[in-house]
Amino acid sequence: MYAYVMRRVVAIIPVMAVVGIFVFLLLHLTPGDPAAIIAGDYASPADIEKIRARLGLDQPIHVQFARWVGQLAHGDLGVSIFSNLPVTKLIGQRLEPTFALCVATIILSIVIAVPLGVFAAWRAGTFVDRATMVFAVLGFSVPIFVIGYILMYVFAIELRWLPAQGYKPLADGFVPFLRSIILPSIALSTLYTALIARISRASVLEVLTEDYIRTAHAKGLSSPIVLMRHALRNAAVPIVTIIGIGIALLIGGVVVTESVFNIPGLGRLTVDAILHRDYPVIQAIILVFSGVYVFINLLADLAYTLFDPRIRY
Amino acid sequence: MAAVAGAGSVYPSGVVQARAAKVAEFARRNPTVIVSASVLLLMALMAGFAHHLASDPMALDPAVRLKPPCMMETFGFESRTSCRGWFGTDHLGRDVYARTVFGARISLTVGLAVAALSTTFGLVIGLLAGYVRLFDAIAMRVMDGLMAIPSILLAIALMALFGSSVQNVIIAISVPEIPRVVRLVRAVVLTIREMPYVEAAVSSGTRLPRILLRHILPNTFAPLMVQATYVCAAAVIVEALLSFLGAGTPPEIPSWGNMMAEGRVYFQIKPWMLLFPGICLALMVLFVNLLGDGLRDTLDPRIARRMR
Repeated sequence: MYAYVMRRVVAIIPVMAVVGIFVFLLLHLTPGDPAAIIAGDYASPADIEKIRARLGLDQPIHVQFARWVGQLAHGDLGVSIFSNLPVTKLIGQRLEPTFALCVATIILSIVIAVPLGVFAAWRAGTFVDRATMVFAVLGFSVPIFVIGYILMYVFAIELRWLPAQGYKPLADGFVPFLRSIILPSIALSTLYTALIARISRASVLEVLTEDYIRTAHAKGLSSPIVLMRHALRNAAVPIVTIIGIGIALLIGGVVVTESVFNIPGLGRLTVDAILHRDYPVIQAIILVFSGVYVFINLLADLAYTLFDPRIRY
Repeated sequence: MAAVAGAGSVYPSGVVQARAAKVAEFARRNPTVIVSASVLLLMALMAGFAHHLASDPMALDPAVRLKPPCMMETFGFESRTSCRGWFGTDHLGRDVYARTVFGARISLTVGLAVAALSTTFGLVIGLLAGYVRLFDAIAMRVMDGLMAIPSILLAIALMALFGSSVQNVIIAISVPEIPRVVRLVRAVVLTIREMPYVEAAVSSGTRLPRILLRHILPNTFAPLMVQATYVCAAAVIVEALLSFLGAGTPPEIPSWGNMMAEGRVYFQIKPWMLLFPGICLALMVLFVNLLGDGLRDTLDPRIARRMR
């Protein structure tokens, strides 16, 4: 068990190394002068020189890379070109809304998707099952920003139940906070819910044909107990895997959702950084999001042993 | 005889009937494939003949700015005198219907180009990785690293560097899709290379390129076709999304993402600018995904049984 954890943790190193090298090289891979690219179309030669010197782009590439890795090791993600603030500070300021939105979405998705998937598998072929599958295909297909605007139109503009845009921090009180993230998290959760529901259904459906399920029914256990204790538990590994992999979709979705609902989180920081060509910020955001994604998938891998004691490493 | 077989047909009538019966049988068993393929074909035709179906998408007319769609009038939303065009007009007085029809061109172009580009690169890398040990070790580390970056974020970062053009959008969306194709192809190659008939080919002295092309490549086609369809659906969404965020197709080109970006500001009072391209986008992606599901069920009944 301990060896397995260590092996999984060590396996992260090459992945993050590739991410790091790629993020570093991004700017150098593009044709043309990186300093000129950052400076934009209307920069004077002096501006370009200034940026070149500030980012150390006038030094040989291996020196630049070593310096960059050294800074990262000290927790320094660089300084924003646009706002002149340290990137760690910018990210820190934007963390709360994104974190709140993601947690709300993950909870909402799992609470809806897993029972829905289990129920659809239990009643395979019925109307509920068909409806679940239709929902799953729709959830994959209707882009988050389209869902977001439709929700906003119906619940905020027509019915006036919830605020259309903006974010209220938790410090302003729990109810305004909750009201401000309901629509965004519903919009963001559709794709994730569709994904988890589909895999849950497929996974449970496969387990339901096993002998021990028939045995459990035969010894008189009620269907909910058989489904939850016997079927779901044995079907858990693919479900946990897809929850981990789905985080990538969620991170992409956050960028869009925050733009649609005008939420000042990391996603908006990303979009602003692109529009200003604020390169250090883009680099840092990719590193941070990729790191989170890899870490969550590590947790998912480790969680297998909790759900399935047969897995011994 | 010729009259019975039909004009110009070289086959005897029995063969023609058998073929027709086969097609009908395929359609009966796979309604999803037929329906979604037909809808997509219709969309492609509309995009292709956009010049005949709609007026100039660029034509400005400040006199008719932000007029509601006449389609809504039918349901009694606003007064009949003020409506303009089927889908209304935008903030510059351009016809939203015309722009939506022309916007389909960008979505289809990007979707198909990304599917072609990423499957081609993915196929080549995957075949080599599945067969050449050393290349496998290096390539798969790089692919794992690329897959650790959320794909939309990677596409956004690439667009920020490349600058906006349709060609760059295609490249930026293809790069994050390649690792997924590589993994798929590599998995197929690793299974097939252990098959007795490949061993037989190797032991009878067949050269590597021929083994790859004749014995392994054909086995990758079915899963690749399904994957390419899903890649196409994802690409259509990501293109719209990049344009929506202001880092995609150049703003002067009518694409669904650009239209939605322009419609954002007016959304609370004039929602049609955003809703019509949004609904078209959702419909196109839905039918591409359905086509993918249908192809998967048709081409790989084993997976289909598990997923359905």
